[in-house]
Amino acid sequence: MRRYISAYFEDEENLLRATKDLRNKQFSIQDVLTPFPIHGLDPILGFKRSRIPTIGFIGGAIGCIIAFGFQAWAFVVDYPLFIGGKPHFAIPSFIPITFELTVLFAAFAMVFAFLIRSKLGPGANNPIHDERITDDRFMIIVDLDEAGNQDELVKEILLKEEAQEIKVKEIDK
Amino acid sequence: MEEKYTLKRKTQYGILSIAGVGILLLILGYFIESPNRQELWANVLINNLYFLFIALFGGVFLALHKIAYAGWYTALKRIPEALTKFLPISAALMFLIYFGMHDLYHWSHEGLHDPILEGKAAYLNVPFFFARMALYFLGWIGLTYLLRKNTLDQDLNPDLKYHNRGKILAALFMVFFAITSSTMSWDWIMSIDAHWFSTLFGWFIFIGMFVCGIATIILLIAFLKSQGYLEYINKEHIHDMGKYLFAFSIFWMYLWFSQYLLIWYSHIPEETAYFAPRLTDHKVLFFTVLVINFLFPFLALMTRDAKRNLKWLSFVAIVVLIGHWLNIYMLVIPGTVGKTAQIGLIEIGFIALYLGGFLYVVFTSLAKTPLLVKNDPLLEESFHYET
Repeated sequence: MRRYISAYFEDEENLLRATKDLRNKQFSIQDVLTPFPIHGLDPILGFKRSRIPTIGFIGGAIGCIIAFGFQAWAFVVDYPLFIGGKPHFAIPSFIPITFELTVLFAAFAMVFAFLIRSKLGPGANNPIHDERITDDRFMIIVDLDEAGNQDELVKEILLKEEAQEIKVKEIDK
Repeated sequence: MEEKYTLKRKTQYGILSIAGVGILLLILGYFIESPNRQELWANVLINNLYFLFIALFGGVFLALHKIAYAGWYTALKRIPEALTKFLPISAALMFLIYFGMHDLYHWSHEGLHDPILEGKAAYLNVPFFFARMALYFLGWIGLTYLLRKNTLDQDLNPDLKYHNRGKILAALFMVFFAITSSTMSWDWIMSIDAHWFSTLFGWFIFIGMFVCGIATIILLIAFLKSQGYLEYINKEHIHDMGKYLFAFSIFWMYLWFSQYLLIWYSHIPEETAYFAPRLTDHKVLFFTVLVINFLFPFLALMTRDAKRNLKWLSFVAIVVLIGHWLNIYMLVIPGTVGKTAQIGLIEIGFIALYLGGFLYVVFTSLAKTPLLVKNDPLLEESFHYET
């Protein structure tokens, strides 16, 4: 069984302070849900640098090589045709397609890497903690131990920052 | 947080000695290389344009961020403002071209009996050329002067009306610049090869100007930071300047290639006449410009860490500045000097002389006013800037 506590704040300053406090006291924060990006939240949560750009670069490089290589092979080796009096290996005419495929591969690589890494996409199971987290509420979800020793400590911190609707929930794994 | 930049003796001597070396090289080069009139005037034009672009970009930078309601740039506003102080000198130098008209612009010759040039004579004639030049400089100098004066007035008076007036001035400058940046590039650069034309030439020149200006601002930030000023300019501001340099280097290449691809593909002699001398007589330089201005900054500034490292960013900025000087060289030289052109003492002498003068003007105007603006409603946002 997995237990967690959820609460929401009306103001992002309270959320930031509560998050900082919980992190300092070594509680495990499962997620923080906000309707808009909050400056300074990522360093408090201790997020590591995203590796998405690396994947984008690798995807882009693959797309670049595939596009250029395929065109060179098709126009020079496999089916050489004279087009507009240009040489078979006409680099400038390959560039637009190479550029487009580079962008396409980079974008797809990043989008799919993101979906896979965050377990999103078709068939994903992501419980909605509160209907209003996409509207005007700043929500925090903190993991609790099974015995229930941490409940009061977490509640105390949350109440200090005027948290509302503090709920302890249990879900089967 | 009031701080004022004081121009140190050492810096002053350094700047003056750059100009001194320039003069020395020019005298040496004049006797050793014995350049012809074309080469001398072409060099004057190249450096006029190069430093004019950097100075003019100061105004673009201010106006662009003002009308976009950007807050982050407010703390470094004085640097682009100082760049615009070179514009009056640029104007004087540009009018010098009057004496070199015939060496630079083929269309200015009398009795050519050239049907293409006769067709363009309504636009390309000497009186109108200088009338337009006067109009451009009147608008640029006038509006950048008013923009700067507006922020200086704001320093003394916390009234919000200066902020609002600045937005109107910035919008006026942007509209005026949008038109004149195109026509200026037709007048001064494209008309060297008067038979040829390209519709995206103005944007191409504008983006080159953008890259040069950003690189110069980066170097000035780096210099001032190394002297212990601008401690409120943090990594986030540097990161944004790096993003600009990266993005506009790519956009420069995009426009360059858009122009080249269509001309290469259609293969019409009137159009390929522009690239033919560049690809045959100046082949090495032609491709070097592409490598320095696109490939190098593209790879060097790709990662986030590279954009946030001021030392590395300054190095890239220096390389790109050299690249864009070579770009303007490649635009001007094939139509004026031609095959025999070589970069020698004369070229380096001219750059050093102009650079010395430019830096002197910029640094003295930086030292005149406090480095940090006051009373700007967006200043606080600039201090807490975070991406």
